Amino acid sequence: MPQHTVKSYEDELALLDTKIARMGGLAEHNLGQAFDALQRRDSRQADMVIAADRAIDVLEKDVENQVIEMIARRQPLANDLRHVMTALRITGDLERIGDLAKNIAKRASAIAEVAHPKPVISGLERMVELALKQLKMVLDAYAERDADRAIQVWRDDQQIDAMYNSLFRELLTYMMEDPRNIGISTHLLFGAKNLERVGDHTTNIAETVHYLVRGQPISDDRPKGDETSTMLVESND
Amino acid sequence: MVNRTEIMDHQVIAGQPVAVADLAPMIVARKVNVHYGAKQALFDVDVDVPRNAITAFIGPSGCGKSTFLRCINRMNDTIAICKVSGDITIDGQDIYDPDLDVVELRARVGMVFQKPNPFPKSIYENIAYGPRIHGLTRSKKELDDLVEECLEKAGLLKEVHDRLHEPGTGLSGGQQQRLCIARAIATRPEVILMDEPCSALDPIATAKVEELMEELKSNYTMIIVTHSMQQAARISQRTAFFHLGKLVEFGATRDIFTNPQDKRTQDYITGRFG
Repeated sequence: MPQHTVKSYEDELALLDTKIARMGGLAEHNLGQAFDALQRRDSRQADMVIAADRAIDVLEKDVENQVIEMIARRQPLANDLRHVMTALRITGDLERIGDLAKNIAKRASAIAEVAHPKPVISGLERMVELALKQLKMVLDAYAERDADRAIQVWRDDQQIDAMYNSLFRELLTYMMEDPRNIGISTHLLFGAKNLERVGDHTTNIAETVHYLVRGQPISDDRPKGDETSTMLVESND
Repeated sequence: MVNRTEIMDHQVIAGQPVAVADLAPMIVARKVNVHYGAKQALFDVDVDVPRNAITAFIGPSGCGKSTFLRCINRMNDTIAICKVSGDITIDGQDIYDPDLDVVELRARVGMVFQKPNPFPKSIYENIAYGPRIHGLTRSKKELDDLVEECLEKAGLLKEVHDRLHEPGTGLSGGQQQRLCIARAIATRPEVILMDEPCSALDPIATAKVEELMEELKSNYTMIIVTHSMQQAARISQRTAFFHLGKLVEFGATRDIFTNPQDKRTQDYITGRFG
């Protein structure tokens, strides 16, 4: 794309991308570290993740202020308009992902003293791996203005939903087996729900990237994968 | 997906919202070519200007937008070396028909220029002149009423009601421009062409002219040439982008300024090197 006649305008737009890349990197890192703390039952690390979330919040405010100032001073149009609006929306989603990572870290701290059910932890591990892969891919799609990759991310979210559904069932079964499991299971269930929400925010970012690149919303219907909101598991006796 | 055209891009006519997309084209141009001597200024311009809406013509200096605007009321006839070919019709009537009365045409298609240019006469006479030479009124009373009505429509009456017989040139720049708009509507035109009407005005006077244009659009078809992207985005329903004598892109203003289809349009409106 040709450069702006006004170079400082070009620099400001580039700066938005730098900030988003940094924010995305932090969100990825915190999510990975939060799960690591949960898996290793390491509450010190969990506390570090909780403290690190602040940097993401600061960046979000920073981008928000920059976007408001650019709208006031530059009155961006066309792809530039989509660029600044997109930056605002993506940072909103990244900030939420940061919060969800922080929440997982808090739960990791709360259950650090209790033995974790192995199969559930490995289920969560697969889920977090996929969530991180999706997040990385959508950040790449943004950096490279790659709408096709954004669509790919948007489609693949149903895999995370499927994993969540299966973990949901597993945890309910585990709770029914022994009421003493309910405490830890509830924390792990919320952890799984958080990862499912990370997937949703990643999907939002994918939609935003598509709009940025093509100027159109993604037109297909996405298969909705989370069935747990309409599910009831009853005991057999 | 919600069809945004239905929600936002509409014009209220007789109290009913009408999608601009459904507005019948009023001015239809086909294969319009203009030469100034050996130099070609416009190449095969095709455009449908909708009725009762504001259409903005944008593009860099020398792109042909003003030349095209001036074809619509045959102002280019006054330039000896200028040759216009192709078809332009207003409500189906060929305006280049040799039998057409050009003076009559210019009463139907009014024009407002970049620099306010009131006649060196009184405020009253500035407006009364057109209706008088076209014989639009039968009595002094009717003419007085028309002058008052036009000043009212142009949002100027309150400011000048007690000095109608003072010179129009004594008004501020913004008032002079609104006087020119009042003068343009005095001959009861159907179309008003505006060639950068606000470029010499301060932001408040500009806002008043824009407010006036919004009010007028339910009764008039307006075309505005402007170098201000923001102005085009604010007030028009359709935008045409001209570049090097060609009409590059023509569409709903909302689409042009959020998602232009042609790279040249995008580069121009965002201020990038071509």
